[in-house]
Amino acid sequence: MADLVLKGGTVFGPEGAVAADVAVSGTQVRAVEPGIDAENAIDVTGCWVGPGLVDLHSHLRQPGQEWKEDIASGSSAAAAGGFTALVAMPNTDPPIDSGHLARYVAERGFNGGLAEVMPAGCITLGRRGEALAHLDELWEAGVRIFTDDGDTVSDAGLLRRAMEYLGSLTTDDDAVVVAQHAEDAGLARGGHMHEGSVSSRLGMRGIPALAEEVVVSRDLALVQLTGCRYHCQHISTAATVELIRNAKRAALPVTAEVTPHHLTLDHGAVLSMDPRYKMYPPLRTAEDAAALREALADGTIDAVATDHAPHASHETEVPFEEAPRGVIGLETAAAVVLTATDLDPVTFFERMAVAPARIAGLAEHGRWVEPGAPANLVVFDPESRWTVDRFKSKARNSPFIGTELRGRVLATVFNGRVTFQTERALR
Amino acid sequence: MTTTHLLTLDGMERSDIEDLLDLADEFVEVLARDIPKVPALRGKIVATLFFEPSTRTRLSFEAAAKALSADTMSFAPGTSAVTKGESLKDTVQTLEAMGADLMVVRHEATGAAWRVASWVGVPIVNGGDGAHQHPTQGLLDALTLRHRFGKLDGLQMAVVGDIRHSRVARSLITACTTLGARVTLVGPPTLLPLDMTGWPVEISGSLDEVIGDLDAIYMLRVQAERGGSSMFPSLPEYVARFGMDRARFERLRPDAVVLHPGPINRGIELSPEVADDQRSLILPQVANGVAVRMAVLFRLLGDHSG
Amino acid sequence: MTRVMEEGDVRRALRRIAHEIVERNRGGENVVLVGIHTLGVPLAEAIAAAIDEFEAVKVPVGELDIGLYRDDLHRRPIHRLGRTMVPVDVTGQTVVLVDDVLHTGRTVRAALDALLDLGRPERIELAVLVDRGHRQLPLRADYVGKNLPTSSDERVVVRFGGDDGVWIEHL
Repeated sequence: MADLVLKGGTVFGPEGAVAADVAVSGTQVRAVEPGIDAENAIDVTGCWVGPGLVDLHSHLRQPGQEWKEDIASGSSAAAAGGFTALVAMPNTDPPIDSGHLARYVAERGFNGGLAEVMPAGCITLGRRGEALAHLDELWEAGVRIFTDDGDTVSDAGLLRRAMEYLGSLTTDDDAVVVAQHAEDAGLARGGHMHEGSVSSRLGMRGIPALAEEVVVSRDLALVQLTGCRYHCQHISTAATVELIRNAKRAALPVTAEVTPHHLTLDHGAVLSMDPRYKMYPPLRTAEDAAALREALADGTIDAVATDHAPHASHETEVPFEEAPRGVIGLETAAAVVLTATDLDPVTFFERMAVAPARIAGLAEHGRWVEPGAPANLVVFDPESRWTVDRFKSKARNSPFIGTELRGRVLATVFNGRVTFQTERALR
Repeated sequence: MTTTHLLTLDGMERSDIEDLLDLADEFVEVLARDIPKVPALRGKIVATLFFEPSTRTRLSFEAAAKALSADTMSFAPGTSAVTKGESLKDTVQTLEAMGADLMVVRHEATGAAWRVASWVGVPIVNGGDGAHQHPTQGLLDALTLRHRFGKLDGLQMAVVGDIRHSRVARSLITACTTLGARVTLVGPPTLLPLDMTGWPVEISGSLDEVIGDLDAIYMLRVQAERGGSSMFPSLPEYVARFGMDRARFERLRPDAVVLHPGPINRGIELSPEVADDQRSLILPQVANGVAVRMAVLFRLLGDHSG
Repeated sequence: MTRVMEEGDVRRALRRIAHEIVERNRGGENVVLVGIHTLGVPLAEAIAAAIDEFEAVKVPVGELDIGLYRDDLHRRPIHRLGRTMVPVDVTGQTVVLVDDVLHTGRTVRAALDALLDLGRPERIELAVLVDRGHRQLPLRADYVGKNLPTSSDERVVVRFGGDDGVWIEHL
């Protein structure tokens, strides 16, 4: 007898889409076939049933900044957005630069039971960019993605050493990734938005596209030298896309992510002066956004990652230049991607579940739905239209409040248990 | 104006700007009377919130309010114990609760007035936000030129100096080009805006090249407090290339005029004899400032529809 | 709409008012006519023209916009402020305010305030083409073209400057 049956949907398995029911027992998918009988079935007619989404980039703010978000509320937001796993960024207070702190985060996530929380670890001690963090401790504690996110590792020599060291820990099926938040401090200094026609009109200091490109360019040379797996976080410019494209053509072990907001918004939004449009990297031109959409479609960009960055309302109800950077995104990501691009469902799941899971080394996630696969699933209604207005997250700093989106998570299943479902699903 | 705020001239229709200037002319007449005061805004409270140092603009707004018989409240950070550490949002909501019917906001952060407008229910006048806009300054400059030339269509104007960091320049360019003037920006590349796509202006790196053809020349202040002085090698070099000294002044046409937003750095943007010459419209600019601000306050507070 | 004054009626009323002003003011010396925007202005000019015609005295004509003195701005928004311009100093003069319709008296009250900010007239008198009653303030006109009792659900329409006349419209 199944614990849970999802009836009447389009199921995405290893061979593609099939009209079938899905039965879940314990923590596994037991059957995928039409006509499964069940008392406690969820009607998923018209919906996609696919691998639960995986986010490579979330800021859960715990330890140290719990007024913005914590692991529990962040996991709840993740489940509401269809995610069954997320990688928690290490720029907490204290930052995750040693093993016990990584275990703290993982345990909190585990105890919450709403999603798998995989901690990322810092590359440098304290994220100060001066000395390496306790990399082997972090590795022992299960960290596979290393990043100083929030800051750039600017010392090329230090980054090289990190890449060589981490490269030595890597095995064929247990790989480590060095991820970089690419922002040249000198070029970006004092900037609050994209440096371009809108910043000139507003008289606001801007961050040139070059601030991202010079770092990525230099890092790719280090990848060439060390062979370390490298992941480009939240890319934002057409030129960065070209750098990634060329690196992949040269068979470098490079992957890249893009945020939903960079796929659909551009610097014109800043004319509202609203900090809901202030993030790093800044929103760039419409041409950049178009290049990012194209790159996501053709696979140059491997994954969508939310860069979910909660801030409390008292922190964002200030003038634009004084506001902290970043916006939340877990609960709107899937809908924004669907509304802004025309990805077919298979590519959609590739970019939002399969590839991110592979990059992070999360073997239980991002798996096409078939008997025996772990029951980490999302039920997604691609036609549902809804207006963004409330959040499970503690924060509300979203650029999509009041926007009508197409596509909505109906239910999320993590380790066989339903962690989120909407009103419709409960009927 | 169709909104209940005056935040920017950018995007304003030509007819709306002209309406405001026409209204300002009515107040020029009021200010010329023996009793330069009318009861139009009696019982209203105009609050000025100047987070950046300014005496002239604040006094000008207060003079305008008083000439309309409104009462004034003046808030400047650091002068009140209550305001230490208080957020901008709390400050303006407190002022609203205290009875302010309109607020004039000057702040170093771009868009501060827009944010304030989203937190309170009273009309907001942008008294200057960062390097972005200073709409009443743009209006008073346009009015001053209109008094002198009748209309601005086809007027040859140059704006000289640190345009990149100047909200006065942005408002002026918006107002004057909307009214039909032909504007040339003059300055070193480090002081011109980075991306002028779509700006309806000409650019020149040489003041000497353009000066003989001008009807009006607008000299911007060298803004040492905004880091402007680090944008060119030395002050003497700036003065030599872009300052209005006697030699350049003599090459200006005899019917051309000089404007400046004040306060003047004598000997830097303008040599002293230029500032005091009768072709300088600097004092009329100040007088027109009060009339323009009266027009703005009257339009926002005395003109509720529905 | 019911027409209550024809073009000829208006012309004769203005001539009579002009004569009355001259009679009461020793031939029109020291008189200044000030029209209240909008229709009061051409009416004042017409009265001045008539005085010039039969008395050969050129009475100065000014115009007054009371938009800055009204007490009901929140209810009736201003769309255009008219000019206020009186060509002579009013101090010591007899100012005759001219308006088309006298109704509640609030317009006249505002005009008095405006006038007193321009100077210190010795006397202020009021000439109106139509007095329709329903005063809300203790004010009266010195010269009246026509007394027109009306009810509050009626509107008085005056045209001057082409097809001159006065109508009553039932609302």
